[in-house]
Amino acid sequence: MSAPVRAAIVATGQTDHGRRFDTSMAEIAREAIDRCLESRGLHLDDIDAVVAGNMEMFEGIYLVDQLFVGALGALGKPLYKLNTGGTVGASTALACYHLVASGRHRRVLGVGFQKQSEGSTQAAITTVGDPIWERAVMAGAIGNFAAMASTYIADSGVTPEQAAKVAVKARRNACLNPHAHLKMPDITVEEVLASEMLAYPIHRLDMCPASDGACAIVMAADQEAGKLADRPAWVHAVATAHDQQYMGDSPKRLAVMRSLQAASRKAYALAGIEDPLRDFDVAEVYEPATYAELAMCENLQFCAMGQGGRLIDDGVTFLDGQLPVNPSGGVLSTNPVGATAMIRVAEAAMQVMGEAGAHQVPDVSRALATGYGGNAWTDVMILSAERPR
Amino acid sequence: MNAEAAHTFNRDQAIRIEQQITLRYRFAAGAHATRFFTALRDEGKILATRDAAGNVMVPPRPVCGLSGLPMTEWVEVGPNGVLAGCTIVYVPFIDPMTGTQRPVPYGFGLVRFDGADTAIYHLLDATDPEQIGVGKRVQAVFKPPAERTGSLADIRHFKILD
Repeated sequence: MSAPVRAAIVATGQTDHGRRFDTSMAEIAREAIDRCLESRGLHLDDIDAVVAGNMEMFEGIYLVDQLFVGALGALGKPLYKLNTGGTVGASTALACYHLVASGRHRRVLGVGFQKQSEGSTQAAITTVGDPIWERAVMAGAIGNFAAMASTYIADSGVTPEQAAKVAVKARRNACLNPHAHLKMPDITVEEVLASEMLAYPIHRLDMCPASDGACAIVMAADQEAGKLADRPAWVHAVATAHDQQYMGDSPKRLAVMRSLQAASRKAYALAGIEDPLRDFDVAEVYEPATYAELAMCENLQFCAMGQGGRLIDDGVTFLDGQLPVNPSGGVLSTNPVGATAMIRVAEAAMQVMGEAGAHQVPDVSRALATGYGGNAWTDVMILSAERPR
Repeated sequence: MNAEAAHTFNRDQAIRIEQQITLRYRFAAGAHATRFFTALRDEGKILATRDAAGNVMVPPRPVCGLSGLPMTEWVEVGPNGVLAGCTIVYVPFIDPMTGTQRPVPYGFGLVRFDGADTAIYHLLDATDPEQIGVGKRVQAVFKPPAERTGSLADIRHFKILD
């Protein structure tokens, strides 16, 4: 097998995420694509292939690749539609990478899009469950994350106050991000703890919103990347891992995230990451709930297992901390599902390219992005300003 | 048409088209689930599959994801177990089995049957966070034999023993 072609993200584009009753699905996808291409003076003619990510059950349209072929700019080109659940946006970015790294295409457009306002989010998520074994007793994403949080609390001793600090960090960071949905400049820990209890121990402000939005990236091959961007975000590693099929197969799924551990260890080895806290300058992780971010930081080895609460107490993951986590405001501030994991990748790329604006972390060389979803499926991508050797 | 004009309108006047789609499904439970639900319905027993490495799994399945070995042996587990995760749900939620809102609050958790290595989600007879907790002992409460239909709902809920 020949060595993979080096590849880099050279452009990103995002919509103004939120409740977008003013756009159709095709229009919202196109808004992100246009912003992405226009940022580098690119035209659809410059694109060789398109990968589209969408979680179809949310809007109930099951052939978006056919219906939106024109909007996606894919007429007469290879168009691949993916649905891998919450990870789909990251899986789409990984697919763009593989299409370029394989030598098959030189410039691939990836787009993730979702309009959660058009369907019933919790009912749609229930269709993820096994109809024989799980649906009768499921409680959507909220009940699932609440039960998972209980296992994490039992193992780590993390407190509601520590979780609430994650919500405060996210919604304040979001104020610096022009694309973010939930912006709460004055949010406090007390306000999070006083917000409505959705499912114990998850308060409303511990949980991500349901958003409409889209995100697009252009992945370019080695010889193209430097021409298209001054400072491309080179892909140094990608990895994917799954856990077992049923929700209860990994009873400690939030405390011990086997797929996140497996995927991150593989990516760290590929990219030569020895100490993630030291070696990364920024991370964009897929945290649908406050407790999940703390557990993910542990499983990503930003701290020792059980020390996620201390990590946020010490301010390590704040915008001015040693390793800022989700300077964009994260999933807790913006969650158009089909785009959400691609936003992690795009935000990591923006940080590497030095184009994150008001939420730019200074001097970013290496960035981590993760996608999470389904029954504990994890995608990991490591980006760097340095072209891989 | 003027391209600019196509994009300019008052957002309050955006038109939304409402549709309701009702789809009907009939899922084949398959050989493993049929054996499990038949034993649950007719004998009030909880069955699991085991592989040669000793992994015992509910729901029963043909292959163990951890070892990759076939799960050819059937063993009885439960009906008591331990809570591996739990919550009290307050948010109104449409029950996919009925299409109506499930009464809140209700308890919900991951139950690991005694003798099994994996857990299943099920309902708890608790409505207060004080009543539940990871590690608490629970017992399956079965529907009366005449009301059982051969589904996971033949277990009405789990009673907290601690």
